[in-house]
Amino acid sequence: MDELNSLFQGFAVAMTLPNLGFMLLGLVLGILIGVLPGLGGANGVAILLPLTFSMNPTSAIIMLSCIYWGALFGGAITSILFNIPGEPWSVATTFDGFPLAQQGRAAEALTAAFTSSFVGAFFAVLAITFLAPLLAKFALEFGPPEFFAVQMLTFCSFIGMSKDPPMKTLAAMMLGFALAAVGMDTVTGQLRMTFGYPELLKGFDFLIAVIGLFGIGEILLTMEEGLAFKGKSAKISFKVVWNTWRELLQYWRTFIRSVLIGCWMGITPGGATPASFMGYGMARRAAKDKESFGRGNVEGVVAPETAAHAAGTSALLPMLTLGIPGSPTAAVLLGGLLIWGLQPGPLLFVEQKDFVWGLIASMYLGNLVGLFVVLTTVPWWAAILRIPFPVIAPVIIVICAIGAYTVHSSIFDVIMMLVFGVLGYLFKKLRYPMAPLVLALVLGDMAESSFRQSMLLSQGDVGIFFGNWLVGGLMALAIFLLLVPAWGSFKDMLRRREASAHLG
Amino acid sequence: MKLTKIAAAVGAIAALCIAPAAQAWEPTKPVEFVVPAGTGGGADQMARFIQGVVTKHKLMKQPIVVVNKSGGAGAEGFLEVKGSAGNPHKIIITLSNLFTTPLATAVPFNWRDLTPVAMLALDEFVLWVNAESPHKTAKDYVSAIKMGADNKFKMAGTGSKQEDQIITVLVEKAAGKKLTYVPFKGGGDVAVQLVGKHVDSTVNNPIEAEAHWRSGKLRALCVMDANPLPYKTKVTATQSWADIPTCKSAGIDAEYLMLRGIFMTPNATPDQVAFYVDLFKKMRELPEWKEFMEKGAFNQTFMSGKEYADWVAKAEAQHVALMKSAGFLAK
Repeated sequence: MDELNSLFQGFAVAMTLPNLGFMLLGLVLGILIGVLPGLGGANGVAILLPLTFSMNPTSAIIMLSCIYWGALFGGAITSILFNIPGEPWSVATTFDGFPLAQQGRAAEALTAAFTSSFVGAFFAVLAITFLAPLLAKFALEFGPPEFFAVQMLTFCSFIGMSKDPPMKTLAAMMLGFALAAVGMDTVTGQLRMTFGYPELLKGFDFLIAVIGLFGIGEILLTMEEGLAFKGKSAKISFKVVWNTWRELLQYWRTFIRSVLIGCWMGITPGGATPASFMGYGMARRAAKDKESFGRGNVEGVVAPETAAHAAGTSALLPMLTLGIPGSPTAAVLLGGLLIWGLQPGPLLFVEQKDFVWGLIASMYLGNLVGLFVVLTTVPWWAAILRIPFPVIAPVIIVICAIGAYTVHSSIFDVIMMLVFGVLGYLFKKLRYPMAPLVLALVLGDMAESSFRQSMLLSQGDVGIFFGNWLVGGLMALAIFLLLVPAWGSFKDMLRRREASAHLG
Repeated sequence: MKLTKIAAAVGAIAALCIAPAAQAWEPTKPVEFVVPAGTGGGADQMARFIQGVVTKHKLMKQPIVVVNKSGGAGAEGFLEVKGSAGNPHKIIITLSNLFTTPLATAVPFNWRDLTPVAMLALDEFVLWVNAESPHKTAKDYVSAIKMGADNKFKMAGTGSKQEDQIITVLVEKAAGKKLTYVPFKGGGDVAVQLVGKHVDSTVNNPIEAEAHWRSGKLRALCVMDANPLPYKTKVTATQSWADIPTCKSAGIDAEYLMLRGIFMTPNATPDQVAFYVDLFKKMRELPEWKEFMEKGAFNQTFMSGKEYADWVAKAEAQHVALMKSAGFLAK
């Protein structure tokens, strides 16, 4: 139990009074950063990084990683209240979180989201504590074909069971792929579909699309429907927390599934956003009442939040042990490590014991304190919905615009956000699903590079996707998930035909 | 009496007028430090490091803000600086994409559009293989490539038609066979792909591969510089950076260094350039900077003024020649 000893030493490091203070400061800042869309954890950490250079590295990383936890928690708040994902990985949380808020169950949805976040993060830290060396080795198994297989699995687990008309899903997804293709093609180094406009060089950022499609689109829709929030009768009481907790116990299967998906996606490193989509897709697949998903099912909040946090937390493992960041925030933290004179890599665990175990201990404490902080604020957040729409709507639009601007400090992005807002409105009106578009936009780029890298490696032989047990297993699972619903609907069709034949 | 008073007053006024002009220029608002690459890469690390030490040692009254503008292989960042003529509060750090991006994509910018400030350092390139690879020396590896079929050996690198692929072409020339070049997004990913044995070799910068080398996962074959590196402290159990032979000595005619230099917006005055040159000179004297240089085994050449501009012009000509012979130029 070498790890336990080291961990207790770590707690001794993290539990000092100044470190606890930095932890609380980091959490509060992180939650605020998470609430503002666009100003993500990565930006927040990058802005505050220089302030920490004069601090001791352990205190600095504790504060910065707490900003990261805080942002992970905070991302759920605007997704649930206003359908604006504060962070890319909270997109899937809006699918059921926002309908819940509209039904006046915002407090319940928030409690479920925060609790799931905590559970996901907690189990991921457990995995880091006891399995770090093993997991680090596993990440090395991942080359381009394996990455493509994981991305394929995400797509299949999510779209296989869509209840929207297949053609509309396909159309939305293709639009997403087309948007993802704009900008630099990393494999050939050529520009695509920029038509000579320098503004298009950087392509369409996922965050700007999401802020527009969801946030602005929703406001346009609400304006049409009569300038009022549907969820203003939200109950505001701490009792909700207890009641929701009791309800959450029955979703233990979803928790376990999402924790596994999340840890795996964080370590490989696939990232928190694909993990949240996969978590949501798998939960819907496994649920008995599939129809209730997307209409306000608490399980639809639990699944993506747990997966996102398990992934976000375990993403720190490949950063510490291999020096590859599993998320943009981890990339900025990586830069920080170098400046403090710590070289991330396989030797960090051996050479910098105090630092590593102090950090791991602070993950336990940070998440626990974070859960406490956000749960106590649930009633206040829910109360925001009582503010009259004409007052809050302009504020939301301003926050969206600031968010879109912050991503690349470009005014063109703010215009794009408005265009995406109109697109989101049209999608809602014409009943096109938005999730496939968003998924294609965030994963299309990555899936394309992995696929083409694999093709380069194999010199054009598709057999590379079944070249070893790992990639072959992932691909088989993906294809299976894609075909199961198709088989189901095929059987349904047969049965219906039989029934009509009997009638006839 | 009166006259002298007036003369004194005139003198005083004149002195007041001259004083600000004689005093050196200084930033009056936060300086935007553009990185034409994503977060976590070599240029980003250096920019954030500079931001950190400048703040810590209070070398400047105004803060530095690092902004990543990586769109279009860095074109976004360069175009932004090019378009901010006369704004002295914006500087940019370069990678080789200063040359390669306009050549490969025909996006309209050139270093002559910007004002050169100073060369901070040059980044080295090392030919790496996995520690378990049968190729012990650069010669072994090149002769293995020669013996094998075209495209048998796989080289991973950062980006397409940029420095890593240019060096790959140089290695191909030495071996007379084609390599399969697989582009990845960042240097960290590239190093991990080699550790995981998904490719045969890389040309990572020292700082990108240092940790893996130190832990015995990678083997350094040769360095793409005219002379071996000067850093004699042991990094692995048996080797220091200075122990890596040059690629030239192994028969690979590849000499390539990447500019880590600073440019500012067009039409900057000599005063403004002088402020930044002075700032970076002060920074170079700090122990933190020296430590950073050693960790990344940088070539510590410092240049400014005409010497720097001449160097950049020569490097540009070298890139045009290399990219033309590799067929990477935009049509």
